[in-house]
Amino acid sequence: MKKLIFVLGFLLSVANINAQVKKGGPSSTSLLKGQAVYTQYCLPCHQVDGGGVMNMNPPLIETSYVLGDKTQLINILLKGLSKGVVIDGDKYTNPMPAVNYLSDQQVSDVLTYVRNSFGNKASAVSAAEVKAVRAKK
Amino acid sequence: MKKINYKIISLLAVVIMICYSFTDRKNDNENAGLTLPTGFSAVTISENIGRTRHIAVNKNGDIYVRLAKLVDGKGTLFLTDDDKDGKFEVKLAFGNYYGTGVYIKNGYLYASSDEEVFRYKLDKEERIIDPNNPEKIVTGLLSKNQHETKSLVVDDKNNIYVNIGAYSNSCQVKDRSLESPGIEGCPILDSAGGIWKFKADKLNQSYNNGEHYASGLRNVVGLDWNYSTNSLFVMQHGRDNLNSSWPKLYDEKESADLPAECLYQIKKGDNAGWPYMYYDQIQKKKMLAPEYGGDGKKEADNKFINPIVAFPGHMAPDGLLFYTGNQFPEKYKNGAFIAFHGSWNRSPLPQEGYYVAFVPFKDGKPSGEWEVFAKGFAGVEVVNSTRQAQHRPCGLAQGPDGSIFVTDDVKGSVYKISYN
Repeated sequence: MKKLIFVLGFLLSVANINAQVKKGGPSSTSLLKGQAVYTQYCLPCHQVDGGGVMNMNPPLIETSYVLGDKTQLINILLKGLSKGVVIDGDKYTNPMPAVNYLSDQQVSDVLTYVRNSFGNKASAVSAAEVKAVRAKK
Repeated sequence: MKKINYKIISLLAVVIMICYSFTDRKNDNENAGLTLPTGFSAVTISENIGRTRHIAVNKNGDIYVRLAKLVDGKGTLFLTDDDKDGKFEVKLAFGNYYGTGVYIKNGYLYASSDEEVFRYKLDKEERIIDPNNPEKIVTGLLSKNQHETKSLVVDDKNNIYVNIGAYSNSCQVKDRSLESPGIEGCPILDSAGGIWKFKADKLNQSYNNGEHYASGLRNVVGLDWNYSTNSLFVMQHGRDNLNSSWPKLYDEKESADLPAECLYQIKKGDNAGWPYMYYDQIQKKKMLAPEYGGDGKKEADNKFINPIVAFPGHMAPDGLLFYTGNQFPEKYKNGAFIAFHGSWNRSPLPQEGYYVAFVPFKDGKPSGEWEVFAKGFAGVEVVNSTRQAQHRPCGLAQGPDGSIFVTDDVKGSVYKISYN
């Protein structure tokens, strides 16, 4: 009986991980690393569920900034964003500091995490892509 | 004896459980979902009218409320309860500017956008005579990103006091950035980060003919004139990001608790010390800000004023009201109600605030510890992310019968709290 429970439990956890790691999507390792970067550098403002703060810190839930052009998104992290944004008719005006002190890998991990969390589903951002954007002035 | 019909018994049990769950729901609606001290009750007098900010009540109990976002192009609502059924309806929507500030004094309604202050003449019943033609009494106030709203209050001598919030968190060279130092001399203070005083009856005033009444106040949303001390009291929104900007000096818990949200009594020329200092309510000291050489231990220059009350950090005091009514018990007379909008910067720790607090006063000074007066606005036990809060208290006003009104700027509920 114990063996059966163990086997069932194992199959269940495998199924669970597989459910989270979609075919061709980011690996669970990558998502965990991205989540660690998010928790330390992004969560204080954008909040644990990516919901942001009304009038101040923009949400990261299915917005064009998150799901759209990767170069623009990478630059938001590398250069910051001080002009405020409008999302769904609401203004968010706290400035975002540049987090260019994060490595290419960290930036790629956190953007991949955000683009695949909070209801988002989008392609990963690679370290090579970050490096290329960083090289441009 | 008939055989026991288990099917019917279990169906009955299910029906009973469903009914029971409905009674729980009914209790949630008692007192509009709020928890209050014994003897107090609350109702929502209107709901879903917009992001309601500050509120003013006229002598007949009619209500003016400001909106953070225009609804059908209008930024101020006038509500009445003509049929006296306890629910208020929007009678009039006017003004094409959103904003927070609103106050009734001397036959006028004062209201602010993020850059200007207007006044509307009122008739004998304190209703607006011509909502489309206000007088512009103040113009040209700075409004850049952050702390844009211009709360206001009018005293007995026809002076109007207006908050001009600093467009910065802590006056860093790179705002909100890791280990960025403070700008030397913080030039923001020249025209923001303080209270400016104007005449309530002169047109088109600006910085050049206003008075720089007080400085070193990062952002004041809740403020009130205290008629027993004849002075201005303000609640400051303290700075954010002690940990995220200075992780070597402050851990996440320290950053969640500090700095205090301070209640200050303000006289002309007072300097509350932002950005050079913050108040540490645990050490009970004015601390030198890390942007200007502080390390969590060094104290600030003693020339900066001390708070009257120091509340825990980040709770966002959006409303301040000195109670002068006779409806509430004696303990509340001349005391201060504070609407704490609720924190966001405590992450990753759980958020705090989302309640109305009270401080008893006697002879112009606090006479006891502060306490939570009305809670439950958030609608959830624990808020981790601000958007989980269903309601966030913002504005406070006293009605002619001594009830108090609280606004919510998430969905636009207006609560009336009474003592029976």
